[in-house]
Amino acid sequence: MKYLLMIYDEESRWQQLSEAEREATLGEYFQLSRDLAAAGKLRGGEELEPVSSASTLRVRGGRTLVSDGPFAEAREQLGGFYLVDAVDLDDAIAVAARIPAARTGAVEVRPVVTHEMPAGPE
Amino acid sequence: MIENGVSESAVERIYRAEGGRALATLIGLLGDFDLAEEALQEALAVAVERWPVEGLPAQPRAWLVSTARFKAIDRLRRVALDRRKLQELASEWTEGATEPPMTLGEIETGFPDERLRLIFTCCHPALAPEAQVALSLRTLCGLASDEIARAPLVPVATLQQRLVRAKAKIRAARIPYRVPAEEELPARLEAVLRTIYLVFNEGYAPTAGDRGVRADLCAEAIRLARLVVALLPGRSEAIALLALMLVTDARRPARFDEAGELVLLEEQDRSRWERAKLRDGLTLVEQALRARRPPGPFALQAAIAGVHARAASASETDWREIAALYRLLEEVEPSPVVSLNRAVAVAMTEGPAAGLSLLDELAERRLLAGYHLLPAARADLLRRLGRHEEAAAAYHEALALARTEPERRFLARRLAGGGSYGPTTTE
Repeated sequence: MKYLLMIYDEESRWQQLSEAEREATLGEYFQLSRDLAAAGKLRGGEELEPVSSASTLRVRGGRTLVSDGPFAEAREQLGGFYLVDAVDLDDAIAVAARIPAARTGAVEVRPVVTHEMPAGPE
Repeated sequence: MIENGVSESAVERIYRAEGGRALATLIGLLGDFDLAEEALQEALAVAVERWPVEGLPAQPRAWLVSTARFKAIDRLRRVALDRRKLQELASEWTEGATEPPMTLGEIETGFPDERLRLIFTCCHPALAPEAQVALSLRTLCGLASDEIARAPLVPVATLQQRLVRAKAKIRAARIPYRVPAEEELPARLEAVLRTIYLVFNEGYAPTAGDRGVRADLCAEAIRLARLVVALLPGRSEAIALLALMLVTDARRPARFDEAGELVLLEEQDRSRWERAKLRDGLTLVEQALRARRPPGPFALQAAIAGVHARAASASETDWREIAALYRLLEEVEPSPVVSLNRAVAVAMTEGPAAGLSLLDELAERRLLAGYHLLPAARADLLRRLGRHEEAAAAYHEALALARTEPERRFLARRLAGGGSYGPTTTE
């Protein structure tokens, strides 16, 4: 079963870290990624550029409306994610607990719906 | 194995006694709350039809579980809901077999684990606390939705919605059905104990409504705690919670007078306390206090309840000991309610002025805004200090905040000047 682990934290916190602290934290992320990959659990995961780079778009009446900024303004921002295979929620929670930002921000754990996509025309 | 025929009401009685445990077993076997509930309902329908005619099976619960299991397999067949699950279930028995594949022994030996696992599922921290309570009452205690809804005074539809959502989340997020590993167990057990205590409190002091107490919920909470203590022996906080609830519940007969009016701990007729329950509880308090040093929050609360219970009369209460225990509790599990209780105990040993200054500090921090017992406690201390006008104002404030009718009537009596003016403990 797949779970999406969405990593939320205050971007300013990350920016205020010293070079050494940032490296140590990144090291933790890399180690987690390596461990997940070795266990065959890693489906994907990326860090995102700051929300200042976000654009939000809506298509209404055939028109594409684009605006600046994230979909939802909040004190904590989506800063990255992991897509992992886990046996059950407890397994996914155990992975999420190793994400460094869980200690300062929060990690939202969402099960992923599996669709069987019908074969395309090509 | 067939005894004499039984009446429909007897079937009903057996179902009430055995249904909850049968459901727990079925959820374990089927791994699906809804399927288990539906299958059990179908099995019950068969029982209502057949038991009065054919007589009571030797082991009604095993019969219900086996029959429901067949019904579940039928149901899965009909809707081809889940092929994998069907294969798992069907592979264990051969087509046309006349006897269910499960023996009573298997059910009985597998049984305790089923219920323990189910407790951890129902009290998973990923479920909202009110959903944990509802789910526990529904699946572990076998209460019907309307019985559960009566306590927190939510409409039955809301409660059913809550249950549906919780079950859907268990399925979608795959909340596991097992006892957590040893390293997670302490934290997860804490969540289980908290939920059980919520059930108890909802019974002992309903948060709303015209009734002062719901004995059935208290009994269910005690039953669940006994189960945890029996299945996970040696966990001091589980023992402590059971002790706390037994000692508290033992006082229940004295908590309301004949007219249904609330009677304070200090004014209760102690001869009406349930002696046997109290003895059981006090023995467990000792056991819990010995099992873990320093004592955990439930052990401290149980110890406090124990000090009250051992006092032959209110005036003989060892308030110094109680104040000391609340002080420890403030350290282990700080909360404004604990601070409020300590202030009341301090008022009893060091005088109302000392208690009042602690209460005023609390009021300033505004952490208990909306909680009627803070102004109620202030009112009592003000009155004992002879500051009658301020006391009356505080009673009015408390009255406006009280949530149940007996509480409101009690405060109104106080305001009118009736009764003696002991401390308003938050028991």
